[in-house]
Amino acid sequence: MAIYIDENTRVMVQGITGNQGSFHTRQMLAYGTRIVAGVSPGKGGQEVEGVPVFDTAEAAAAQERLDASILFVPAAFALDGALEALNAGMKVVVAITEGIPVHDAMTMITIARQKGAVVVGPNTFGLVSSGKCKIGIMPNQIYTPGSVGVVARSGTLSYEIVANLQEAGYGTSTVVGLGGDRAVGLNFIDVLPELEADPETELIVMVGEIGGTAEEEAAKYIEAHVSKPVIAYLAGKSAPPGKRMGHAGAIIERGRGTFQAKVEALSAAGVEVAELPFQVPELARKILA
Amino acid sequence: MKLFEFMGKELFKDYAIPVPDGRVVRTPEEAAAAAEAIGSVVIKSQVLTGKRGKAGGIAFVDDPQSAQQEARRLLGMEIGGFPVEHLLVESKIRIDKELYLAITLDGGRRCPLILASLEGGMDIEEVPEAQIVKYPVDVTLGLRPFMAREICRRLGLTGGQAKAFSDLLFKLFKLFQEMDAELVEINPLVISGDSLLAADAKVTIDEDALFRHQALHRVEERTDLEKKAHDLGLAYVELEGDIAVMANGAGMAMATLDMLHYYGGKPANFLDAGGGAGVEQTARALELLLATEPRVILINIFGGITRCDDVAKAFATVKEAKDLTTPVVFRLVGTNEAAGLEILRGIGIQAYRTMQETAQKAVELSRQSSA
Repeated sequence: MAIYIDENTRVMVQGITGNQGSFHTRQMLAYGTRIVAGVSPGKGGQEVEGVPVFDTAEAAAAQERLDASILFVPAAFALDGALEALNAGMKVVVAITEGIPVHDAMTMITIARQKGAVVVGPNTFGLVSSGKCKIGIMPNQIYTPGSVGVVARSGTLSYEIVANLQEAGYGTSTVVGLGGDRAVGLNFIDVLPELEADPETELIVMVGEIGGTAEEEAAKYIEAHVSKPVIAYLAGKSAPPGKRMGHAGAIIERGRGTFQAKVEALSAAGVEVAELPFQVPELARKILA
Repeated sequence: MKLFEFMGKELFKDYAIPVPDGRVVRTPEEAAAAAEAIGSVVIKSQVLTGKRGKAGGIAFVDDPQSAQQEARRLLGMEIGGFPVEHLLVESKIRIDKELYLAITLDGGRRCPLILASLEGGMDIEEVPEAQIVKYPVDVTLGLRPFMAREICRRLGLTGGQAKAFSDLLFKLFKLFQEMDAELVEINPLVISGDSLLAADAKVTIDEDALFRHQALHRVEERTDLEKKAHDLGLAYVELEGDIAVMANGAGMAMATLDMLHYYGGKPANFLDAGGGAGVEQTARALELLLATEPRVILINIFGGITRCDDVAKAFATVKEAKDLTTPVVFRLVGTNEAAGLEILRGIGIQAYRTMQETAQKAVELSRQSSA
């Protein structure tokens, strides 16, 4: 069992004919993802990497059974693209796009929830069920199957940690990118119950950062509901307050969302907090020994 | 993007939210003229920071002459690092009671959140939780009359006051949605008889949605360098140290800074070169770093959507064009790693494998070149 997606998930790529869309379609196919359709308005009838391209998601859904979609659509059109996918019956919509207006993000997330679907992101690297299915933009070579479930707010930083784990001999079960924006479809507290229930996951690694309260909420949830061991690494210990560190959500405002508050909340919930990324596999070794 | 109070109030007027009679001025003479026309006034410094009252940035005057004097004093001030360049001269209003009303984004619930309290006028952080009504609004429903009734009930507002409050709430919610606001805050919202008046306006607009609001005046909070970086599509924050940092991804960039600190180094900046940056954009980012004249440059790339060969190509181009002498510590792994490393070897650079080796080397070099 895997969470959200697995080897049977049939994937559609929106914006498949663009530079990023076509490049990552190739990468995902190489990983083994079953990409069965692409959408690009006006480009219906073409093929990208052997994948048939349709003008609309409905046209694609009429031809192929589809479960999930990944969006490589410019920010201004991302809401429409996500709603198109949801309306065509997609249960998982992965919004890679950066810079989507937050009101648009809230709308797509709310509608997804009402339709019993999930939006991953926006501004996410995607998610991967290691060895089975990758829907995202992360480098293929670091995801080998194993028993560590990873949930991360930040993309490249999670690659760093997953690669460190891999080098130390620990593969991953599922890796989920929450996304760096203020409002994202999945938060830690949405993914934690899935990882807790997933028989393939023995250890949970959270990759968080300063700003917001997602880590504090996760700490509360873990204390009450998570029996599996959890390791956390948080970025932004040295960040000055009032400065937005790249991600819309990564800012210490009015003394909230500080590194210290998050470390304290997580530690109190029994989570092992790593000070630097390379300490994560060291802690994993201690826990899984 | 934070708006000045006077800009927020202009928006309020567009949405028929009542505000005190007022004028924006830039000189003491204009302030005197405004006071002449309005009468007893309050003069408020226009800065993008709170607590200006405590900082002495607000003055009450009754005649044009004192208005001129006070305006001169205020225009010379700096509040929270912001120089005062504009003043809002407003009619003094009768205050029966001060309320608080705001709409913000609730990231946890992924929806707008209405915050209302009968205890306005002070910092909302200082108001006890029990006295704040928090009401999330489902975006697919929008604000509905039944919600307004419930908020009034919880606040204990009735009759004419409840009606005026609901009416204002609908206008504010419309503004919040249509203007892509992240925050609209009225503190205090003044009850004057049976009418309500927005005595202050704090409005923040989502920068990602500015393309939908071409008419809105742009407010710049960034330093020149930060602005330049922003225009290039880079996230850049100036810091105090001497090791220039470029990484891809905000989390990775933050973790790189943390690691430099851990090993005793001092980063000069936070630079997220962004996801999927091509050769051209990466080259611009590097040029920006060089312009800050750092002692050492640290480049930490874990390619996902970013391709290692693009970064290496960009670096090779800039190195040649700028005749680079600053020591550079490189770490390059991920998508198209082999091709990237080969380009770097071609220009005599051996990249490091791990982040910690890279950070340690950068710190070591920063110490050498400062000795």
